[in-house]
Amino acid sequence: MSASTEVLVDFDEALERYDPALGLEVHVELNTATKMFCGCPATFGGEPNTQVCPTCLGLPGAMPAVNGKAVEAAIRIGLALNCEIAEWCRFARKNYFYPDMPKNFQTSQYDEPIAFDGYMDVEVDGTTFRVEIERAHMEEDTGKSTHVGGATGRIHGADHSLVDYNRAGIPLIEIVTRPIVGAGARAPEVARAYVAQLRDLILALGVSEARMDQGNLRADVNLSLAPKGSGVLGTRSETKNVNSFRSVERAVRFEVARHAGVLDAGGKVVQETRHFHEDTGITTSGREKSDAEDYRYFPEPDLVPVAPSREWVEELRATLPENPTAKRARLQAEWGYSDLEMRDTVGAGAFGLVEETIAAGASPQAARKWWVAELARRANDAGVELAAVGVTPVQVAAVQALVEGGTINDKLARQVFDGLVAGEGTPEEIVAARGLAIVSDDGALGAAVDKAIEANPDVAQKIRDGKVAAAGALIGAVMKEMRGQADAGRVRELVLERLS
Amino acid sequence: MSTTNGDLTRRTAAELADALAAGETTSVELTQAHLDRIAAVDGSAEAGVHAFLHVDPEGALAQARASDERRAAGTPAHLLDGVPIAVKDILTTTGLPTTCGSKILDGWVPPYDATVVTRLKAAGLPILGKTNMDEFAMGSSTEHSAYGPTRNPWDLTRIPGGSGGGSAAAVASYQAPLALGTDTGGSIRQPGAVTGTVGVKPTYGGVSRYGLVALANSLDQVGPVTRTVLDSALLHELVGGHDPRDSTSIPQPVPGLVAAARQGAAGDVAGLKVGVVRELGGEGWQPGVMARFDEAVEALVAAGAEVVEVSCPSFVHAMAAYYLILPAECSSNLAKFDAMRYGLRVLPEGVASPSAEEVMRATRDAGFGDEVKRRIILGTYALSSGYYEAYYGQAQKIRTLISRDFAAAFEQVDVLVSPTAPTTAFPLGEKLDDPLAMYRGDLATIPANLAGVPGISVPAGLADEDGLPVGFQVLAPALADDRVYRVGAAVEALLGEKWGGALLEQAPELEEVGR
Repeated sequence: MSASTEVLVDFDEALERYDPALGLEVHVELNTATKMFCGCPATFGGEPNTQVCPTCLGLPGAMPAVNGKAVEAAIRIGLALNCEIAEWCRFARKNYFYPDMPKNFQTSQYDEPIAFDGYMDVEVDGTTFRVEIERAHMEEDTGKSTHVGGATGRIHGADHSLVDYNRAGIPLIEIVTRPIVGAGARAPEVARAYVAQLRDLILALGVSEARMDQGNLRADVNLSLAPKGSGVLGTRSETKNVNSFRSVERAVRFEVARHAGVLDAGGKVVQETRHFHEDTGITTSGREKSDAEDYRYFPEPDLVPVAPSREWVEELRATLPENPTAKRARLQAEWGYSDLEMRDTVGAGAFGLVEETIAAGASPQAARKWWVAELARRANDAGVELAAVGVTPVQVAAVQALVEGGTINDKLARQVFDGLVAGEGTPEEIVAARGLAIVSDDGALGAAVDKAIEANPDVAQKIRDGKVAAAGALIGAVMKEMRGQADAGRVRELVLERLS
Repeated sequence: MSTTNGDLTRRTAAELADALAAGETTSVELTQAHLDRIAAVDGSAEAGVHAFLHVDPEGALAQARASDERRAAGTPAHLLDGVPIAVKDILTTTGLPTTCGSKILDGWVPPYDATVVTRLKAAGLPILGKTNMDEFAMGSSTEHSAYGPTRNPWDLTRIPGGSGGGSAAAVASYQAPLALGTDTGGSIRQPGAVTGTVGVKPTYGGVSRYGLVALANSLDQVGPVTRTVLDSALLHELVGGHDPRDSTSIPQPVPGLVAAARQGAAGDVAGLKVGVVRELGGEGWQPGVMARFDEAVEALVAAGAEVVEVSCPSFVHAMAAYYLILPAECSSNLAKFDAMRYGLRVLPEGVASPSAEEVMRATRDAGFGDEVKRRIILGTYALSSGYYEAYYGQAQKIRTLISRDFAAAFEQVDVLVSPTAPTTAFPLGEKLDDPLAMYRGDLATIPANLAGVPGISVPAGLADEDGLPVGFQVLAPALADDRVYRVGAAVEALLGEKWGGALLEQAPELEEVGR
């Protein structure tokens, strides 16, 4: 862990003096069966260096051949982001030396991306921001280095490094926004909402697993500040590989505070890449980006241009899933959510989870209640994404079915969630193992009721005198006795039977 | 040892194929004959021809035995099944070293075969070994090989051309009836010219480049190196055709090259329109080269061809464009040689615990020769930010102009002709310190690579000044490879009548040096 020596300015104070400009570069690892330029499997988790061939190892003489499925996915992503699709585009070589780059150049796209000039409308607290998409282009991933020894896990100070080329050549789509200005104090939320909504879109397209924790979706966050109202763009920092929605928001927040500190002191922001630290929420300096970094791009001579026919592009357009904004409006009406309920649901990052929970059989209100109230609180306490809270939509629907079937009540349901998070099995198994089922058996309940009447003669007398409302106290006593597992309705009936 | 061995090495591949089909010889016998010839005359870096960097007697004989079994069973895999071949050391071969003439790949044994090698093996051609070349195919004399030069069988004090001097010299000295070469700016045709052999650069995309260690990807082509036009056609048809592993390979069948060669050999050039390229010849070209070229043109006219002069004005810029595009591409291609995964690894001296970058630097410094370093530096510069448009961008524009010159010329004529090289073979060492003079050797061959059109070099006789072979080049439009075979075979036949046989028969006998 690295310490921060920067002077930080309070976020709100910084926004009084500066306008932030955001830029987001998101790498999406496609879920194609094979790699971008060869036939090796593109699956995750194989033994190191078992999913390799002459092409993805960059052996002398080997040549690339474009994976048509990856081009198809790139076009569908482009179309879903309202982009133009190039009639003709090429791959280019991005030349630089690095041990995990098999050829010491990355086959990417440079000035001729497959998709360009699009946008995505992002909603934050009911306000829509239009994020303009500059481009979406195809490229190959590099190998994965593991630096062994040394304190930081980075190459400097390491004893030695191990390289796994299984990842080399996996298809990536890089989606680059134009500078996002005008978000002001909402910049962190806009950044987060953009990445979250982009992930929803990618999942809806089915082109990637889009798991940020596995690096299927990696965000680089660019931020710059300019004096308020100046209308110019300041010098940007580029925070690499920010791996959760929450971290995207935190990274923006931190960089705003850091940039403001530099600028307030009359300093110049250094154009550089920065690393985000999940544990502390700060960024630290990576390598400095300067004009000296020259990738010497030129068209990849081993590949012919990609020229998708207009007919094909239109065929692919017809396969696009429903636009997320339109879908959201449709489902809000179907579910009968108020605007406030919808906003809370989206704000909690629960939209997709609620949708899946309803699909699994829960009522819309129940699905919202569990995700937005109970589970969002747990996620927040644990500092994880809602999806990583340890409970699946199918499980939530099963818990709700137990509530509606009278097996448990809401209070007991919370204990079932505890059990699910702890991995104790299915909701039914947890109810059984923890003995959580509601008791409605008259024998057991009758005994508890008699005990309560005996212990509370004053209350019992009031009921006998016709003050039926006093029954609540006895019901409470029975519930306490039964550790919350009594059927409250039946208890009330038994109390009134005995005292009428 | 069979007494017919000497005869066998003198025969063409087509004749050997006929002999095998007729049961007059076996693949083992003729493979052994060529191995014996290699052992007798190839020598080493110090003496002899030195066409081979690596000879594989066991592998070749095993392939020969398998071939003979197929013949015996009546199921030969191909017309050329059992006819041995030599392969330029820039094509990957499983189990056989592939060095590209460079120290940086010393000892590297590829785990896969180039597509053309796969096709040779499938057709049953025993691979005799790997032939010498300028390091990473950079050169016109084979003197830039890190393993010592190849010598011209016509005069062992002279260069065999380059970069594929090894393949041309092996074929010229009867060490192999067939060889594969690669041609980026003339590396098949120019060695063919100076060794009195036949060499063909196919249409770009006509033969798979998968497994060809790239010099300049947009210019490289694999092609045949043989003693006759017909043999080249046989080999070209065998290795050519679409390969899904090479995206730039043409998804069309190879045109009928053998048929075209047979048609040409019958002297059938009546009505053919031949263009002599004004820019490729004349002042500054060796007089003896021009004299033999002119005679060949006259022979075509006498046989009924119509000859006109054609101007291709952009050709004068071809070399400048070539020496920007090639270094740019190769500077990137050669970046992979970083000591991380294969090949040479040199640890920097006096560094206790070197970083990856330091190992890369030390290895590349020790592993690459001067010519390679020169081109990496040129290419890196040409692609640099701020210079890209002025160099690489401009070179690409010249390339377009050259293609237009070809297109305009081929509206007037069926084929273009020129001498293959401006001079005959020069003495070893003569141009080593003058890269520009060396580069000039490829003046006439480079335009075809820039435009992607096919070309052949056939022997045109011996120059009066030095008695050394001269090459005659025929160029045709892209995809019309059959035309270069037809015209090449016609020239071969017409001049052969004059010489009373193959030009190579006039070459001096080589002394046995052992190997």
